[in-house]
Amino acid sequence: MADTIGIWVAALLTLFIFSFLYKDNPLYKMAEHLFIGVSAGYWVSYLYQNVFKPNLYNPLFHQGKLLLIIPLILGLMMVMRLFPKIGWISRWSIAFIVGITSGYYLITYLQTNAVDQVRASLLNFSQINNIILVVGVLSGLIYFFFSAEHRGVLGGTAKLGIWFLMVAFGASFGYTVMARISLLIGRMQFLLGDWLGLLH
Amino acid sequence: MGMGKKLSQIDRRIIFLVIGLAVALPLLFPIGLQIRVSEPAQRMYKAIDQLPPGSKVLISFDYDPTTMPELYPMNIALVRHCFAKDLKVIGMALWPTGVPLGEEAFEIAAKDYGKSYGQDYVNLGYKAGDIVLISNLGKSIPQQFPIDFRGTPLEELPIMKGVRSLKNIDLVIDLSAGFPGIVEWTMIAGGRHHVKVGGGCTAVSAPSYYPYLQSKQIVGLLGGMKGAAEYETLMNARGAAAGGMDAQSIAHLVIILFIFIGNLFMFLGNKGKA
Repeated sequence: MADTIGIWVAALLTLFIFSFLYKDNPLYKMAEHLFIGVSAGYWVSYLYQNVFKPNLYNPLFHQGKLLLIIPLILGLMMVMRLFPKIGWISRWSIAFIVGITSGYYLITYLQTNAVDQVRASLLNFSQINNIILVVGVLSGLIYFFFSAEHRGVLGGTAKLGIWFLMVAFGASFGYTVMARISLLIGRMQFLLGDWLGLLH
Repeated sequence: MGMGKKLSQIDRRIIFLVIGLAVALPLLFPIGLQIRVSEPAQRMYKAIDQLPPGSKVLISFDYDPTTMPELYPMNIALVRHCFAKDLKVIGMALWPTGVPLGEEAFEIAAKDYGKSYGQDYVNLGYKAGDIVLISNLGKSIPQQFPIDFRGTPLEELPIMKGVRSLKNIDLVIDLSAGFPGIVEWTMIAGGRHHVKVGGGCTAVSAPSYYPYLQSKQIVGLLGGMKGAAEYETLMNARGAAAGGMDAQSIAHLVIILFIFIGNLFMFLGNKGKA
């Protein structure tokens, strides 16, 4: 019974949201506001129960891990953003986060996304795919080299780079279309299958 | 008024309706178009298939209900494959919303293969920390997750026997809908702790992850609903993703047609002006 009510509520809310495709209307607005309200409530309670309590409150106040006073203070400083007059205090917490994250990311990101990628581009030319890959990487990089005018050999290579970039953008667009259609399929499968029972 | 002018002023609701029909009709009346398995999906399948029984696979459910049509079918298919090969599956999430979805997939697959919680699979739940958490998992898993999603201490779970850190994991599979996701697992688990990483992602993000596949930083990749459908095909188990591929293909054909007609009339219109 509870499942049936849930399916009906979900189906009607889906239709309310889809109704925006025809034109803006009160049913769409109601569903939108409901979604925002429920999401906010869900996240507040989830983060309190699953982040704040197990990571800070319980260890600090029940297990006596006093070192956690530091993140508590940094967290409280972050909340100061809510008060414009002393909002500047939150910058200290932000600076801490930015500093830690940059340090953490720098080496690993460079290794994974630059060094390993460069290594993977050092290929022998025994296969046509390898040649295409190396030419694509080099011409694409040359397109982004702006310290010399794009004329002659440099200009021609940069133009080739644009072609490779266009192919990449096209593939990206195709994947984006597929993702959006997948979401529509998901909703249709729910409406036609779970709700109306027309799919087998 | 010329045909081109008329088409350019077409009510966009007609286009919405046509796309809606292009999706709904193939779902109601399936055509059964062939699903070809791509190399990235094949590689993902092989990475799991080659593991000896009893190997430990960690699956991170880093997605949410908004990306369910793409990632949930591959979640079920991947867990099914692991269970079919008698692998031990450890679930966790860097996205809180992924926990119940992963749990549901576990329950469905466990029922099919007669697997039991704690013995064959476990859900450790969500923990905040993103890349710092992944890095700490490389040092100690029980320290980061002292209890599982259901509140059971890890030392009481037979599946966790001998699992101290990522070093004891044979394969990490990330189901990624964004940040944190495949990039972070590849960087930290793969790059720093040298664990094999593979995964599935939304179609939008798939092109940006293919370089990791080409450089062999990840062992396989399932891109969007198509990737999920390919995996279902490899598993010989037609699910929601394979069931949606007819609609996907027809909708794409309609969009290609729209783009073609739009460009054709734009081209003819410009020629007329010239």
